Amino acid sequence: MRFNFVAVGLGFIFQTAFLSVRGHELGRCPITNLFEVIIFVAWSAALFYMVIGPAYRLSLMGAFTAPLVVLLQLTALSLPIVQPHRAKLPPNSWLEFHASISLVAYGAFALACIAGVMYLVQERQLKTHHLHSIFYHLPPLTDLFAAITRLLWWGFGLYTLGLASGFFVGEPLPWVQIVCATAVWVLYGLILQGRYLHWFAPKRVAALCVVGFSAALTLLWGITFTGQSHTP
Amino acid sequence: MNLFCVGLSHHNADVETLERFGGNVEIDCLLKNSGCAEALLLATCNRVEVYGASEARISTLEVARCLDRRIDPPSLGYGAASSHVSSESAPFYRYEGEQCVRHLFRVGCGIDSMVIGETEILGQVKKAYEAARSNGSAGRYLHRLFQRAFRVAKYVRTHTEITRGAVSVGSVAVDLAQKIFGNLPTCKVLVIGAGETSEKTARALVSRGVCDLRISNRSGERAENLAQLTTARVVPFETWSNECREVDILITSTSSEAPLLSRMKLEPMLRERIDRPLFIIDIAVPRNVDPDVDALDAVYLYDIDSLQSIAEQSLATRREQIAAAEQIIAQHVAEFDESIGRGLSRLAQVSEHPQVDETSLRPSES
Repeated sequence: MRFNFVAVGLGFIFQTAFLSVRGHELGRCPITNLFEVIIFVAWSAALFYMVIGPAYRLSLMGAFTAPLVVLLQLTALSLPIVQPHRAKLPPNSWLEFHASISLVAYGAFALACIAGVMYLVQERQLKTHHLHSIFYHLPPLTDLFAAITRLLWWGFGLYTLGLASGFFVGEPLPWVQIVCATAVWVLYGLILQGRYLHWFAPKRVAALCVVGFSAALTLLWGITFTGQSHTP
Repeated sequence: MNLFCVGLSHHNADVETLERFGGNVEIDCLLKNSGCAEALLLATCNRVEVYGASEARISTLEVARCLDRRIDPPSLGYGAASSHVSSESAPFYRYEGEQCVRHLFRVGCGIDSMVIGETEILGQVKKAYEAARSNGSAGRYLHRLFQRAFRVAKYVRTHTEITRGAVSVGSVAVDLAQKIFGNLPTCKVLVIGAGETSEKTARALVSRGVCDLRISNRSGERAENLAQLTTARVVPFETWSNECREVDILITSTSSEAPLLSRMKLEPMLRERIDRPLFIIDIAVPRNVDPDVDALDAVYLYDIDSLQSIAEQSLATRREQIAAAEQIIAQHVAEFDESIGRGLSRLAQVSEHPQVDETSLRPSES
């Protein structure tokens, strides 16, 4: 667990350094294109792991987080790297807050997705009675479910804040972006609602976290694509 | 200095022999009468071993006589023993030098135990060492040897899966409960049936901190008895099913021919507790819980076969890990021999039992 934490921590420091340099050159928050947005999401996932990992003491969380962060980084690197250049217009602080806080919420959703995968792996082994080596290293089901719930709340809360701040941007946003952002909010709202109203068993909540994050990433693509003209 | 180990274990001695040589031992007699510089006694229910360090060679018979309960230690006479095994005929094994080091490392790691990889033995070795250290019978040679043995045991546990999984039905059930609920003290447990197996499982759960234990049985008297033994609460047999709404772990072991719990009966109760898992341990034969119950969300049903299968799987995994553990031990034995125990190998050549199998190190007879 310590090794995982140190490894993710080192990666987080490098990501922070990259975003800092990039932001300095741009003169604003470095989320102006898909390449930067994906790196920002990967950074947010690592941030949540760094903050939440030790608090929840979930063993192997780092071992599951690291591959997702690497995958996101590789996806970003496969995209054309746009050279940073200073925008002609001065930065809109509300737009920057709206975009960055929404992406930090994605970090929480990413970690909820990881906890969901861990839950599904553990649950599957318990149901089939086939216990593999990983069974003894993964955390208990109830701990994982508690972590999923908390991460969903963190993500939903931050995302709501991000959406609400969008009303103060002071300029019209593309309707596709508004629809996509609202769809993600409704999706996670329904997962939380279903969890508390007993619509879904824990296993389904875990599965929905995985489906939800995949859908949210796809919609993020759409949001970023249509939002190129409204770069913060 | 000659390091040696003389002993008996479950490999080559029956319980009677172990009892005879294991209790009430005067380790001082080894030090005083035999000219042994250092001596340490390890006596558990499965083994009696004396580890010693001496300039002169101490014979196995001398050690055996010191361990023999039927001989008055000061006299060290021959006439008192009348059991089927005497000090002379007891199947003592003897390891010297490098072989002694290797044997202790194997014992500490649990490779030589009846249940491979059990961890209790390390605590017993530590206790024996502490006792010898406090009474002054263990000196610098045994100190180095045992400290190294503790390090090796820790390393083997960390770097192999020799201790992985539980190997008895009761401990498998407890392990599974921990992997579902994490914190057992907050779990509510209902035991239906007051038989021996349910008592063992209930006791195992109580030993891991379960506080809320409820017992239900057709015979109220037996339920009361078990409840007293395990500080549990008795639930009338007619109303046990209502408890399913709030319990986390359900243990069934009644002699009922028909299933007590079916999917149809359980499903409505689960709607009120969908976000809380229910772990059902059905140790009855024939089974008390309909297997269809396992298809329900958040219900984990394990019968006696599945628990036994997991226990066997764990044991098989532990056996597979022996080779890896032996490799680690071999490295540490070589290092110990090189850095601390120079000359041990030379002394091993004058071992009383040179026929000891290097690969298995199974006990050789005296």
